[in-house]
Amino acid sequence: MTEFIPAKFCPGCGYPIVLMMMHNILKEMKLNTQSVLGLDIGCSLLAWNFLPINTFQTHHGRVTPTMLGFKRARPNSICIGMTGDGGAYAIGMQSLAHAVKRDEPITVIVVNNTVYGMTGGQTAPTTLHGQKTDTNLEGNIDDPISGPEFFRPLAHKDAFFARTAVNEPRQLQECFRKAFETQQQGHFSMVEILSFCPTHWKTKGADTIAHLNELKETFKLGII
Amino acid sequence: MQENKKFISGSQITVQAAIDAGAQMMYGYPITPATEVFTGWIKNKQPYLQTEDEIAAGFAICGAVLAGQKAFTATSGPGHVLMQDGLSMAEAMRLPFVLIAAQRGGPSSGTVIYSQQEVTLACYGGNGEGLRLVYSPCGLEELYELTRRAFNESWKYRFPAIVLTDGYTLKTTTVVELDNLKKIENVPSHALVPEDKIIHWPNIYTFEEELFEELNNAKADFDKISEEVVASEVLEEQDAEIIIIAHGIVGKSVKEAIKQLRLDGIKVGLFRPITLRPFPKKQLDKVVGATQVKKVVMIESSIGQLARIVRDELAPEIDKSFVYLNYPGLGVETEEIVKQIKKINI
Repeated sequence: MTEFIPAKFCPGCGYPIVLMMMHNILKEMKLNTQSVLGLDIGCSLLAWNFLPINTFQTHHGRVTPTMLGFKRARPNSICIGMTGDGGAYAIGMQSLAHAVKRDEPITVIVVNNTVYGMTGGQTAPTTLHGQKTDTNLEGNIDDPISGPEFFRPLAHKDAFFARTAVNEPRQLQECFRKAFETQQQGHFSMVEILSFCPTHWKTKGADTIAHLNELKETFKLGII
Repeated sequence: MQENKKFISGSQITVQAAIDAGAQMMYGYPITPATEVFTGWIKNKQPYLQTEDEIAAGFAICGAVLAGQKAFTATSGPGHVLMQDGLSMAEAMRLPFVLIAAQRGGPSSGTVIYSQQEVTLACYGGNGEGLRLVYSPCGLEELYELTRRAFNESWKYRFPAIVLTDGYTLKTTTVVELDNLKKIENVPSHALVPEDKIIHWPNIYTFEEELFEELNNAKADFDKISEEVVASEVLEEQDAEIIIIAHGIVGKSVKEAIKQLRLDGIKVGLFRPITLRPFPKKQLDKVVGATQVKKVVMIESSIGQLARIVRDELAPEIDKSFVYLNYPGLGVETEEIVKQIKKINI
């Protein structure tokens, strides 16, 4: 895989960081050849030819059931579902909850940028109270959902839940490592990653980083 | 009873066919009248997962077949609607997705045992072009045979396959001779996402031209295999002035009606499509286009769902008078057919 493929993500997007870090850990753990990356629809779909690992696109909200079907059919694979916060906590909520309850040995990576990015910045389940979006012009009237905290009580004691951020590289890599180890041990794992969306946050440079850091006050980092 | 004969229900014979086809996994969600296919499979100690809904079952099948596993499901009515989500991914990515669709009355929750109202959904459900294989069995032997064919042909040709049956058929219990039917050879499954090389597989395209090319290729493949896949039953057509067109279980009542009508000297014959997608178009044209045919009578347990396909598939130069006998959600009995055909024949 020496071919150069230009990334289609918006300038300043957090996804390329997530993908590169994840791939580094998979290589380090020598899991890259047996890894299968399934993509929900949303900004994650742009990763379809980004990494030298088996990758396919699914449907919006449906990456979790697709990957558990794959995992059950090929147990020695490392199955990773990559999804946005809308795919995970809105349209894919039901499937994700039941995958957690059944302790399906797959890893779900949720990239949380608090908006529906691909469709132009609408309110997501993670949108902050008061945050203005395309579908809440006067500001969101609801409080955001904290995904890992919501699912944790449903899960097996050895399942792994964590939240980190794209500007926390050490923690990010550690979370990936623990998530894949958990899958190898036969349990469910989920890492939520707070990520930049300068396009829809309408921020530039330092403001983008400042906003991401502010999000950490609402969405606490660490193992959950 | 002879040893090669078995007293068996429609659901049991479907499970037997799936096992004989080499199915390795079933994902399902309970819904009448398809539940017994799921519970029958489980009672046979086969691998399964009861999912949270039909959507999850559908996508789990997509994941399983991507990994090379022969997986399938059975559903009905509102569950069949939800199943179209996964089926449309299977249609787009040419995945060998096998569905046993047991029709019940609709729309919505409708009734729970029977109709022929899921024809359009099975053939053209989803936001696609209907590039899927749809079989409509009449009787238990054919249910077995077509379930075997669904697995074989979906893996051979890489199109999703639907056995479109109903609760009456699945609940029918009768004596079936399986030995000859069991001789069908299985098409093996293979990993669509390989273990020894890396693939990048899109299901969404940046440019309209890319999707256009994909669809044209898929359509060309579909047309190419049609000749090998299409099947139909034709009965008493040589001198028939009236041709009845019916599919699935209604075909049984029609066959009995034709016997009785023939005794009264009424020249009536049957055309029964066994595959609805692809449709046995040439056979239809030949039977309906014959010069002595004066009337075509469509009989179905829906408001013209089969009729729409027939009118669409029939060569435009064949100009015959059509009569539509629609019984939405209702079983059609022999006596009713005899009565109606006698009226038409006057």
